[in-house]
Amino acid sequence: MKSRQLFSLACMVPAVIVITAFFLIPAVQLLFIASGGEAGLSRYLAVLTTPRYRDALLSTVALSMVVTATTLLIGGIAGIFLARNRFPGHGLLVAILTFPLAFPGVVVGFMVIMLGGRLGLVGQISEALGADRIVFAYSMTGLFVGYLYFSIPRVLLTVMGVAETLDNRLIEAARSLGAGPFAIQRDIVLPALVPAFVAAGSICFATAMGAFGTAFTLATRINVLPMVIYQEFTEAANLAMAAALSVVLGLVAWAILALARLRGGDNVAAAG
Amino acid sequence: MSTGVSVSLRAIAKTFPDGTRALKPTDLTVAKGETLVFLGPSGCGKTTCLRIVAGLEKPDAGGRVLFDGADVTETEIEHRNIGMVFQSYALFPNMTVAENIGYGLKIRKVPPAERAKRVAEMLALTGIEPLRDRRIDQLSGGQRQRVALARAVAIRPRVLLLDEPLTALDAALRDRLRTELDQLLRSLGITAIYVTHDQAEAMSLGDRIVVMKQGEIVQVGTPREVYFEPNSRFVAEFIGAANVIEGMASEGSIRFPGGQLMLPEPPAEGRCTIMLRPEAIEIRAPAGEDWTGTVQGVSFLGDRQRVTIAGAAAEMIVAEAPNRTRLKTGDRVGLAVAPQALRILQD
Repeated sequence: MKSRQLFSLACMVPAVIVITAFFLIPAVQLLFIASGGEAGLSRYLAVLTTPRYRDALLSTVALSMVVTATTLLIGGIAGIFLARNRFPGHGLLVAILTFPLAFPGVVVGFMVIMLGGRLGLVGQISEALGADRIVFAYSMTGLFVGYLYFSIPRVLLTVMGVAETLDNRLIEAARSLGAGPFAIQRDIVLPALVPAFVAAGSICFATAMGAFGTAFTLATRINVLPMVIYQEFTEAANLAMAAALSVVLGLVAWAILALARLRGGDNVAAAG
Repeated sequence: MSTGVSVSLRAIAKTFPDGTRALKPTDLTVAKGETLVFLGPSGCGKTTCLRIVAGLEKPDAGGRVLFDGADVTETEIEHRNIGMVFQSYALFPNMTVAENIGYGLKIRKVPPAERAKRVAEMLALTGIEPLRDRRIDQLSGGQRQRVALARAVAIRPRVLLLDEPLTALDAALRDRLRTELDQLLRSLGITAIYVTHDQAEAMSLGDRIVVMKQGEIVQVGTPREVYFEPNSRFVAEFIGAANVIEGMASEGSIRFPGGQLMLPEPPAEGRCTIMLRPEAIEIRAPAGEDWTGTVQGVSFLGDRQRVTIAGAAAEMIVAEAPNRTRLKTGDRVGLAVAPQALRILQD
């Protein structure tokens, strides 16, 4: 009995060391730095009162929310369709749609520049059609497109996974009771997918909040929170402010995941 | 209550895209208010038949499904007005018991007051009133089965289709629900088609039984007909316990290694196969009997004994004896059979 407990404890040792060294200690240090010095805890207030910080926080949350909603809509519909229909090229289509998972954010940003940058495809086409040269890569639209691109695969795979396990008998039973295709989606399929939507949506939101690579490539004229944090500790050398902003970013993302877990059950992979 | 429609199947066949023939061309009519049972081993085509009646499968070209003479072959299941009960129950997990039962009525835009009344009726009919606001995952298997039945019947379907509804339950519960289901079907007077692989279920529920094998009908008849007058070795052995034995027939009797038996009219000649139910064999003292054998084993079942007898025929014979008869392995016994209990099989 004694030796079994010892063995269990021993199994936990590597994880405890890694978590302590690379998560707990830096996190505690982050909290100390953020609240240290003369300014102290008022830095958190500054996040809300200083326009540069506050606007970055609000626009990041807004962008993440719009990206999450759009991704759920597109990825959700595609996921349900792909899970419930088989056709030639099905596997290839899923492979293409999930391809962005293989790209780092910087590459995604680069692709958005090639699409909507000053020499981008959309600009060339619009000019060829006699309109103004359309450039959107370096705006919120560019970030939106980039975030959407790498968010869709996550939602798609989660929704497909759950939709594939949906019992076909439920749909047959609903049809026998007179339900048409729309009623079946509304009353049977969507309710069954709610946990998947909550899980995929919260991961999507948290990822969009913290995305850096794409933002670093595109956000030259706009402020999103990860970029502001980066600028604070590299250019302004304001470590304390960067730490406070990091804590706020982490808290917002964690709160969303925790909320989702509360609402959606155990499918959510984070928070707790 | 609705009494339903008559259902006619005309030359329905089903070939799956991979070329397997699930059902050979089949004709069948289910009378208004009748309970018809499709019985057979898995893969015999019984579920395919049911799904064609439901509209979940389309028959091969040329096959037709008629409800009261009207062709519904091209009618989608949504508009056939049928009730379905699945083996897995297929209850909607996001709805309560009452919402499940009322779903078909809601889809039909039945006003809420009328809907509530019908749901209450169904809850009472199936004896699950206390469960009305429960979630599905809070129900036992037997309770789920009742909800599934109530949901299917609530829409007053033209025909009720049941696909192995009791198979997922344990034996004791299955027996009880079988009796309840039988009473319910009788009281509703609804046309019902029931699919099962369990012959006891088929016998107790069916007005008629359709025995199927490898995509075709082998025999159609009342439970008594298929039990007492099976038309083939397959039916004899699939329904109930049967001794299927070979002997030489001549001059109105049939000879076995252990003696002979009188044949029923009209007698056969030459080598033939007969079927004898274990309970039709009476075990007597061997003296003066035309057919004898030796007791090979006795199993006491409480209400009766099952006796295995060697030497009477080329195969072992199984007979039943009253529970107080003293029998032991090695006893010489005589076997008496009334000629009408003996059935000559064609194959």
